[in-house]
Amino acid sequence: MGLIVRTPWSRIGEIIASETALTALRLSLVVATAAAAISLVLGFPIAWALARAEFRGKTFVRTLVVLPLVMPPVVAGVGLLAAFGRRGVVGSWLYEAFGVQVTFTTGAAVLAATFVSLPLAVLVLEVGLRGLDDRLEDAASTLGASRAYTLRRVVLPLMGSQIAAALVLAWARALGEFGATITFAGNLQGRTQTLPLAVFERLQTDPEAAFAVSMLLIGLAFVVILGLRGRFLR
Amino acid sequence: MTLAVDLTTRRGTFAVEAGFEAPAGSTTALLGPNGSGKSTIVSSIAGLVPPEVGTVVLDGTVLDGPASGVYVPPERRPIGVVFQDLLLFPHLSALENVAFPLRARGVRRAEANERSDRLLRRLEVGERADARPRDLSGGEAQRVALARALVAEPSLLLLDEPLSALDVGTRARVRDVVRDELERFGGVRILVTHDPVEASTLAERLVILENGRVTQIGTPEEIRSAPRSRYAADLVGVNAVRGVLEPLGEGTGRLIANEGELVVPWPEWYEAGEVIALVRPVDVTLWPHRPEGSARNVLRGRVTSVAVDGERARVRLASTPPLVAEVTLGSVERLGLRAGTDVWASFKAVEVELLRP
Repeated sequence: MGLIVRTPWSRIGEIIASETALTALRLSLVVATAAAAISLVLGFPIAWALARAEFRGKTFVRTLVVLPLVMPPVVAGVGLLAAFGRRGVVGSWLYEAFGVQVTFTTGAAVLAATFVSLPLAVLVLEVGLRGLDDRLEDAASTLGASRAYTLRRVVLPLMGSQIAAALVLAWARALGEFGATITFAGNLQGRTQTLPLAVFERLQTDPEAAFAVSMLLIGLAFVVILGLRGRFLR
Repeated sequence: MTLAVDLTTRRGTFAVEAGFEAPAGSTTALLGPNGSGKSTIVSSIAGLVPPEVGTVVLDGTVLDGPASGVYVPPERRPIGVVFQDLLLFPHLSALENVAFPLRARGVRRAEANERSDRLLRRLEVGERADARPRDLSGGEAQRVALARALVAEPSLLLLDEPLSALDVGTRARVRDVVRDELERFGGVRILVTHDPVEASTLAERLVILENGRVTQIGTPEEIRSAPRSRYAADLVGVNAVRGVLEPLGEGTGRLIANEGELVVPWPEWYEAGEVIALVRPVDVTLWPHRPEGSARNVLRGRVTSVAVDGERARVRLASTPPLVAEVTLGSVERLGLRAGTDVWASFKAVEVELLRP
């Protein structure tokens, strides 16, 4: 409410149409979409293992998966920095072997967003898989279907709405990601400055513009969640 | 061609041990009460639950042999299964369900659809090809599931309680379809059921299972003449009355037998001659005095014996015709049933099943 009152409605068009805001918007859409897609692709096998397989340390794995949900995103950013930073465990090897630097790239922003949106995707998909009668998969195998065929023709089609829900929730979470991104990817306009980061920067120079960009972010999330129509509750 | 099963499968603390052979060209029924291990054996033969020890051999091919490390996964076994709850794919049409096994094996869509369509029409559900499973009636869904199990021409057909989910009226019609398909199918046929009527009308050989063990194997006649367990004796204790029919109108008829008369549903196929009427003991209700209500068969008789088995009792009546009723222990007490008590028995006409002799 406060935001609606404080938003400079007369200037909103101009602020949103400004070069920096548009760049941030475009980048945000790219990063959130990539993060949501990666979350789905990585999340499905994890959710599958958690829902269907029996293995030692399952509780531990689930805890590990859910952890980024409850941990402050800044800590996630610090963790990613320790792993993929230039002097990080994986990062230093990548840099020396391939000359690849992850930090301060759009890739880093995607990585940071994926890190926080993956748990949501896994949780939604796991619930969906648990709701699916696994005897349908048994039936498919007695009908001569391989695992891959069963996945393609039976499991995925029946999981349609959960997959959509996982995608949208992961996307929305990635869209709003701030802490991990600014810590790990930095705040470089056009490369890692997504909308939330733009809001943060504007707040220090032009608070009114920050309010306007915030409205844009809220509007975007609102439309997407509205489009989902509570499908993740089913 | 034959199926040879000799295995021990464990589910939790419950171990199922079964050894039997089923030749091709005839139907073998696995008959046992709920919880006797029938479904576990079905799962093992289908490859869904590998046995702990023992072997499953079909036509000389070892499907399961844990001792030699052999395990053929379900999708590579030439077995068609009709599951108790059918497990039709809810997002696919009847035709797509039937075509599924062919498509999974790489048959082109046009050919798969054509073969599936032909089979659906043979099973008299051709006009429902485009319907989703939730829009099919129980009998239609059963036929679609049967078609799906048959379409890829397996060498073993496994039917798990194929008629149990159907209402009485539909059951008789679907049973005829199932019987025709079983007769047409040249491979090994296994029927799993807890219903002795189903077993003895569809199968030539019975394998009786109790508490995870095979207690008797034989033809229905062999088991009838020499039942080796109380369960087997009870199983064959279905009331069967043989006689001729005369029409009563409104879809019913009178069965006239030497030992008495019954009101039965009029079978569309009846022309002349004798039929067998079957009455399940659980369908017979006992009363202390003449019952009021819609049941068309009301008989009076003296109790000749009361056999208690667990929570239930089988009561023999010297009525015309003589009957066996299965009632709860509560009813036995309430009615004060013992040999010599006079009681009334009733059951509905639609609960009588008619068979060609």
